Amino acid sequence: MMNSAFFTALEKICPAERILTRDAQLLPYESDALTAFHLKPGAVVLPESEAEIIDTVRLCHEMAVPFVARGSGTSLSGGSLPIPDGLVIALNRLNRIKKLDPEQRIAVVEPGVVNLHITQAAAPYGLYYAPDPSSQSICTIGGNIAFNSGGAHCLKYGMTSNHVLGMKVVLADGALTQFGCESVEGVGIGPDLVGLFVGSEGLFGIALEITLRLMPQPELYRTVLAAYDDLGRAGDAVSMVVASGLLPGAMEIMDRLAIKAAEASVAAGYPDAEALLIVELEGEAPQVQAEFEQLRGIIEDSGAFELRVANSEEERDRIWKGRKGAFSAVGRLSPDYIVQDGVVPRSRLGEALLAIGALKRQYGLDVANVFHAGDGNLHPLILYDGREPGALERAEELAGEILALCVSLGGSITGEHGIGMEKREYLPAMFSEEEIDIMQALRRAIDPKEIANRGKMFPGGEAPALKQQGMHPLEKQGIISRE
Amino acid sequence: MATAIEKCVHCGFCLAACPTYSLLGEEMDSPRGRIYLMKNVLEDKLPAEEAQPYIDRCLGCMACVPACPSGVAYGDLLVGYRALQEKERARPPLDALARKMMIETLPYPRRFRLAAAAGKIGAALAPALPDAFASMLSLLPDRLPPPRPLPAVLPAQGDRRGKVALMLGCVQQALAPEIAYAAAHTLAANGVEAQIPQAQGCCGSILLHIGAAEQAQQIARRNLEAIPSDVDAIITTAAGCGSGIKDYALLFKGEPDQDRAADFAHKAMDFSAYLAELGLREARGFDSEVRIVYQDACHLLHAQGHEAEPRKLLASIPNLRLLNIADAGMCCGSAGTYNIDQPKIAAELARRKVESILAVEPDMVVSGNIGCMAQLRQQLKSSGNPLPVMHIAELLWQAHQR
Repeated sequence: MMNSAFFTALEKICPAERILTRDAQLLPYESDALTAFHLKPGAVVLPESEAEIIDTVRLCHEMAVPFVARGSGTSLSGGSLPIPDGLVIALNRLNRIKKLDPEQRIAVVEPGVVNLHITQAAAPYGLYYAPDPSSQSICTIGGNIAFNSGGAHCLKYGMTSNHVLGMKVVLADGALTQFGCESVEGVGIGPDLVGLFVGSEGLFGIALEITLRLMPQPELYRTVLAAYDDLGRAGDAVSMVVASGLLPGAMEIMDRLAIKAAEASVAAGYPDAEALLIVELEGEAPQVQAEFEQLRGIIEDSGAFELRVANSEEERDRIWKGRKGAFSAVGRLSPDYIVQDGVVPRSRLGEALLAIGALKRQYGLDVANVFHAGDGNLHPLILYDGREPGALERAEELAGEILALCVSLGGSITGEHGIGMEKREYLPAMFSEEEIDIMQALRRAIDPKEIANRGKMFPGGEAPALKQQGMHPLEKQGIISRE
Repeated sequence: MATAIEKCVHCGFCLAACPTYSLLGEEMDSPRGRIYLMKNVLEDKLPAEEAQPYIDRCLGCMACVPACPSGVAYGDLLVGYRALQEKERARPPLDALARKMMIETLPYPRRFRLAAAAGKIGAALAPALPDAFASMLSLLPDRLPPPRPLPAVLPAQGDRRGKVALMLGCVQQALAPEIAYAAAHTLAANGVEAQIPQAQGCCGSILLHIGAAEQAQQIARRNLEAIPSDVDAIITTAAGCGSGIKDYALLFKGEPDQDRAADFAHKAMDFSAYLAELGLREARGFDSEVRIVYQDACHLLHAQGHEAEPRKLLASIPNLRLLNIADAGMCCGSAGTYNIDQPKIAAELARRKVESILAVEPDMVVSGNIGCMAQLRQQLKSSGNPLPVMHIAELLWQAHQR
């Protein structure tokens, strides 16, 4: 536990000014990007070296103090929610790109490096880092590894796990180990331990040094925007593209509500439509050109009423900016929302969207859809007003129904946001008791005291503090009012 | 304030844009963290003085505002919160003295000249003074330049293409009167009549920036009286003044002067934006290539959204080569009185900025804001690369005279 002996020992590892214990220092760490949950940690430590992280984890193991490793706190499943009386190990100051080797096409980075910074550093060599979560401008590689983050372009290039070649790791029991190595070939020896660690939601330990694969920048992009007067039809268009054998870099759908939010946020100039389909082709110029002709035919057949093609880098950026900021932009439409992350087989996309439409009418709640259509990864945003009694509960119930729908269609409860805190009660919908037992056994083999990100992913555990309901205290007193 | 707070969905997109977060890497020093702290203070869950160090460290650079997908009006929130807290706040005696000196001198050119002269005498004492005073002194030039008087009206040359009122600025008028001089003459040379009302004063934004709302309002009211209403635009040559005046509507919200203030705010326009829209009458430039870095002032780029306009103007000057620098949108650390309030962070931001400027090997740095200019000049000097630093109006005037 976090007693004075723990703090005395911690101060020997990290100077006291990098150990945060005052309320004003702890409150901002209460939540990540899922604000429905908030919990004040016992302390936050800001290590500045690999050795400090290792010693801190060893101390936590020795004194059985639970910890959460945290990057930029952009998790949408509460994955970096603090643990009561636990330690937050904030890795933001370990943000160096230690090596960038254009010949080997690799980058060796610390866990606090921001995703986009790698692409920026690699750009002069004609290279880039492919996984592109919508939060790529701020989310860190450590968090990407914990949640096996995807992004719009993982349709073609795969998730984070396809781009991590190796890593040095401190396991939750303090053991230091190396998974994988610096080349694509070397990973083939023995079981894929990199694959085991990536996506483990912080339950196994902390990645200290990560070797990432870099890719050559595509010679040409062709970004196409198709507008539909029906959401299901846009979903069916995705199935048609997949069935044709085309493999675009990305295929995304936004519905009317999401379009409205994105327009309000970045004025992307989207057409007025029930649904928009964004398809991006990328690769060598002649191939992209040929694929584009094929794609145009498919989209015309799919019943789109408008087809636009980005003619410049700026037009392409604007299309993506609207898409990538769409989640947060929903903050303009509603005081609160829950983002879901279910997956359905791409052939059943239209069906799933229809069913979600029926559910939202049944619950009387607005749902905005903005998602990675190409791999069937839905992101319904359930809008609610937290000050309305019972609204959060109703929204959560609807979210649960959507997840059940995904599973019943042969999909999954999460595509890329992870189970975290938010979906742990839904894990049994996906896995049998035996399967969950195997996962637990594996976890205990690495972390016998269950200190790493305790309370996440598995059902049960301590109940988190749900967001306070009702009116803002100043509102009650009549001091402030809403527009 | 409540709306701004509740609009924040805690997504973290603002962190990437925030200079203090990029420097310190801790959540309390991020826009999202500060919003959360302000929320907790307003809800009585956290004593204001505990949150204060982190609010104080905010540069007010507004880089988080265009970065926010949810549209949180962070600027309104910060100004409102600071004004609210300032009323109740007890400051350590030396801080309070430095602050009072700033409030009493910065907005008044004549007083500021006197104080600056006194400061020069006091410079010998600088090493013995606390940080806040030392940095105040280090910003002052060795001697003040002579005034550059301007007539009440500078007529347009040739066909009249517009009629504007020119705001002179306060600190700027004492430290660099040549900026307003160059701006007025460049406008006139481009066919714009420049009215220079003598009764005008400081815009008040430097006071608003540090939470002295009442004093800011008094000063602003004087400008509402002094500036004629029959002009096409009210031209500012300092980034902070421009965005400060654009906030006049907010400053007078619910007061009898509200409508007049809103009109005034609506007409306010930065010198570079006005001229870029009008277009230079004739392009005169340099004989051989001059490599230039344009330093974006936060209150031009983030608060007023002028990224393209100054670049368009510069691009129209023959033989001028505009260079791009890394992290162009990051604050240089000047930020109003920031390098007086937070000297260490300000110095590190200046060091980083100058590092990215020097990396592209320019001949000259151009900016649209005197605060940035003073900051960069000092940092360039201490890095051993005293490149010329010029206001965009000065550069245009210089180019025109060729």
